[in-house]
Amino acid sequence: MIFLGLLDILGPVMVGPSSSHTLGAMRIAKFARKFVATIPREVAFLLHGSFTKTCEGHGTKKALLAGILDLSYDDERIAESYNLARQQGLKFTFELADLGDVHPNTVRVRLFSDEWHEIEGCSIGGGAIRITKVDEAECELDWKYDTLIVVNRDEPKALMKILSCIDANIANPYLRRINVLQQKAVTILELDESKYDAEKLRKLDVVLEHYFVPRDQLLGR
Amino acid sequence: MKFSELLEVSRRANQPLHEVVLVQQMLEDGSDPSETRAKVRFLLRTMLKIVESNYGKCQQALVGLCGENAHLLSKHEPRFVGEFIHTAMVAALSVAEANASMRRIVACPTAGSCGVMHGVVYALARVAHIEEERLVDGLIVAGAIGDVVARVASVSGAKSGCQAEIGTAAAMASGMMVYVLTRDGEMSCHAAAICLKSLMGLVCDPVGGFVEVPCVKRNATAVAVAVSAAEMALSGIKSVIPFDEVVEAMAKVGRSLPEELRETGLGGIAATRTAQRLLQGFMNRGDTNEAIERRNNSER
Repeated sequence: MIFLGLLDILGPVMVGPSSSHTLGAMRIAKFARKFVATIPREVAFLLHGSFTKTCEGHGTKKALLAGILDLSYDDERIAESYNLARQQGLKFTFELADLGDVHPNTVRVRLFSDEWHEIEGCSIGGGAIRITKVDEAECELDWKYDTLIVVNRDEPKALMKILSCIDANIANPYLRRINVLQQKAVTILELDESKYDAEKLRKLDVVLEHYFVPRDQLLGR
Repeated sequence: MKFSELLEVSRRANQPLHEVVLVQQMLEDGSDPSETRAKVRFLLRTMLKIVESNYGKCQQALVGLCGENAHLLSKHEPRFVGEFIHTAMVAALSVAEANASMRRIVACPTAGSCGVMHGVVYALARVAHIEEERLVDGLIVAGAIGDVVARVASVSGAKSGCQAEIGTAAAMASGMMVYVLTRDGEMSCHAAAICLKSLMGLVCDPVGGFVEVPCVKRNATAVAVAVSAAEMALSGIKSVIPFDEVVEAMAKVGRSLPEELRETGLGGIAATRTAQRLLQGFMNRGDTNEAIERRNNSER
């Protein structure tokens, strides 16, 4: 017996016209924005599949940009996100691309703040998304959890050391080797709560970088 | 869980259906029923506010294939539909056109079909003068109706056609209307079943894949179907086929729809000569986002 969310059916509050091509796209960009934790200086969107064909009539590009600007999903200024981005000095470009054998509604977001980062995700319907790539690491995040992303040395006991900093139930763990030569790996942990020791994590010798993306809040859910 | 099981619990425990739904939700995800109720109340108030700020207004739709329908219908006289349906239809068009113009809406059950529920809720509040808490009860029951469809079939046009979007929206609206007027879960269920049967097989065929033609007007006609089904149920007419079986049938119909008729913009209305011509015009107009934006800014 599964009872899906009553509030998922009755909501959320959003700006139209499409939950998959507007809201979902914006959520992917917003994940990227929360990942870098600042308004980037430059952003490039690579749109794939159905996004390339119907982005204009769905306001997909405006929604993507609004996500980078961290507007809320029901903010009618989403329609004016181009102007808002220019006012804030954010450089942005859109490209239509073939990203290979991925979901038809996929977008790759490349952002530059201090360095370049890359987030790829797809909008799978009804505003639900799947983040499929964080920098070089492949994953499948639905952003229903707080997400901790650690770039770590690819060496014995690295994961054990990282886990020793976490005091929350782990919903889904990912560990991906991204560069054998540089001995780098990415660890992604979806957490039930945001309980972890950021200071201790930062000081670990195996940790090169770490990022925290708090879970998404949809209005009315 | 089937809808009939919810009704059975309601009957045996002698508890109103909306309370059964909230308790069921709590059993599934641990949510506090009074908190869920407060969130539903927030959504209700938001829907009413959205209708009020857009009622009968002209809009600048993204592609420009709609935008004046709500305004035209609001001014038209003499009227052959009653005040209730007229108000609900104008509200449905207003919100569906607002959605097509990147304005704020409640995606109930989806963005493209959101006009139906906004419309019927608004008419119940402003024409039938139903008090707020009764409307909240009704919205909870509507949520349960939509939820059953979402699990057994889907509420995605891309997956099951427009019957899953507009059809579900209308079934929810119809059930909600009967529930706020009678508090009779069984009767609400008949309304939802009659309504869903009437819209079964409806294909998802938006011109160019955009949520404008025929989506916006379907929101308004679906209001009339929803209210008709509700009125039939209120008179004591029953659906011969139970709601749960209607939903199963709808799921099967959805699976048998070819891809052209599932939100691809390749079949049905989208494949007509006029649709192709309009689309070509849209593409040739140099409608990059900048062009659309320039037009929107100059006209807004």
